[in-house]
Amino acid sequence: MRAIVIDDSRAIRLILRRIVGQAGFEVLEAGDGKQAMEVLAGLDGAPELALIDWNMPNMNGLEFVAAARGDQRLRDMTLVMVTTESEQSQVARALAAGAHEYVIKPFTSDALMEKLALLGLVPSGAQA
Amino acid sequence: MSLSPTDLAFVANLVRRESSIVLGPEKEYLIEARLVPVARETGAANVADLVARFQRSPDPRVRQRVVEALTTNETSWFRDREPFRALTDMVVPDLVRARASSRHLRVWSAACSSGQEPYSLAIDLQRTLPPGWTYEILGTDISTEMLDRARKGEFSQVEVNRGLPAQLLLEHFERVGAYWRIAPGLRRAISFQQLNLAVPMPAMAPFDVVFLRNVLIYFDVETKRSVLRSVGRLLRPDGWLFLGGAETTIGVDDNYVRVTTGRTSAYRLRSGAPMAAAGKG
Repeated sequence: MRAIVIDDSRAIRLILRRIVGQAGFEVLEAGDGKQAMEVLAGLDGAPELALIDWNMPNMNGLEFVAAARGDQRLRDMTLVMVTTESEQSQVARALAAGAHEYVIKPFTSDALMEKLALLGLVPSGAQA
Repeated sequence: MSLSPTDLAFVANLVRRESSIVLGPEKEYLIEARLVPVARETGAANVADLVARFQRSPDPRVRQRVVEALTTNETSWFRDREPFRALTDMVVPDLVRARASSRHLRVWSAACSSGQEPYSLAIDLQRTLPPGWTYEILGTDISTEMLDRARKGEFSQVEVNRGLPAQLLLEHFERVGAYWRIAPGLRRAISFQQLNLAVPMPAMAPFDVVFLRNVLIYFDVETKRSVLRSVGRLLRPDGWLFLGGAETTIGVDDNYVRVTTGRTSAYRLRSGAPMAAAGKG
């Protein structure tokens, strides 16, 4: 299983890499949505999971979600927003755009693993 | 300043006497960590000072805070998923057939902590019961502090991250300042009550479903047996009991039979259970 972590913060990318890496994912990284699309274009198949920040330069998380939803090659990739944006209307916008789940920062590794379990990507009760 | 073995034994005995929860030697770190805020609240210099002061002058309010601090556990929405899946896929359809005349279900969330379990149950019942059906949920806990939080129905962002699908967050909560508040529609069907499972239970109308999850593990065998016996008296003959993943009635109370469903198990009273569907146990 592969995951792509898309966040302009190197520190957040490292944290997410560690959590999903421990769950058995091979982890790719991108600093924004545009860079993520470039990384994904160079792959044979899409990763199973994308963890996506909202506020990033060039292409933000919401734009990335919309772009990924419109790309046939990425249709099986599970999209999880991981963001400080915590207004109800923003959660609604992300889901409407096609995100499968939404994790509000700050989060714990257990919280992220529980969300991945909800999505069937890790077994229920898996701990980071 | 850390606690001496004598102080640790004193605290463990106090908690055992008040709640029947057994805190073994491996819980030393937990005891110290959980008592730091209590020491701070009560003006003690540290945890050892808190225990020394309480031994000199046993204030019942301090006793309640110590017991609460050591008996409450973190919880999440739809904890472990599988019991909730069994509830919606197997138990609710079964009870919808069995309660066709009353069209009403009574559910007990025992040891409900800050309320995530009863609210998760309400979300699932609202979603799966046919139109015209009603339900009521009783949430009980030993901790009055946890019950106050549960009644309030407000959860931090860290708490709503824990196992709650984003779609359900949108459907059943509203954002109020830094918190997410449970929608009034869900709160209406839930009542909360302080209850110590380890002492004789008050008379209550029987329940169709009891969630008694991740609480028996803290009790010794005698207390487990007594709690299961009391719960059995409050469970309708064809009702359903859910325990935590590491808990079972087997070898403790043979009035129950285990029913395996998916990746989890539920328990039914031997007298009322349809034996064809029941597993060994």
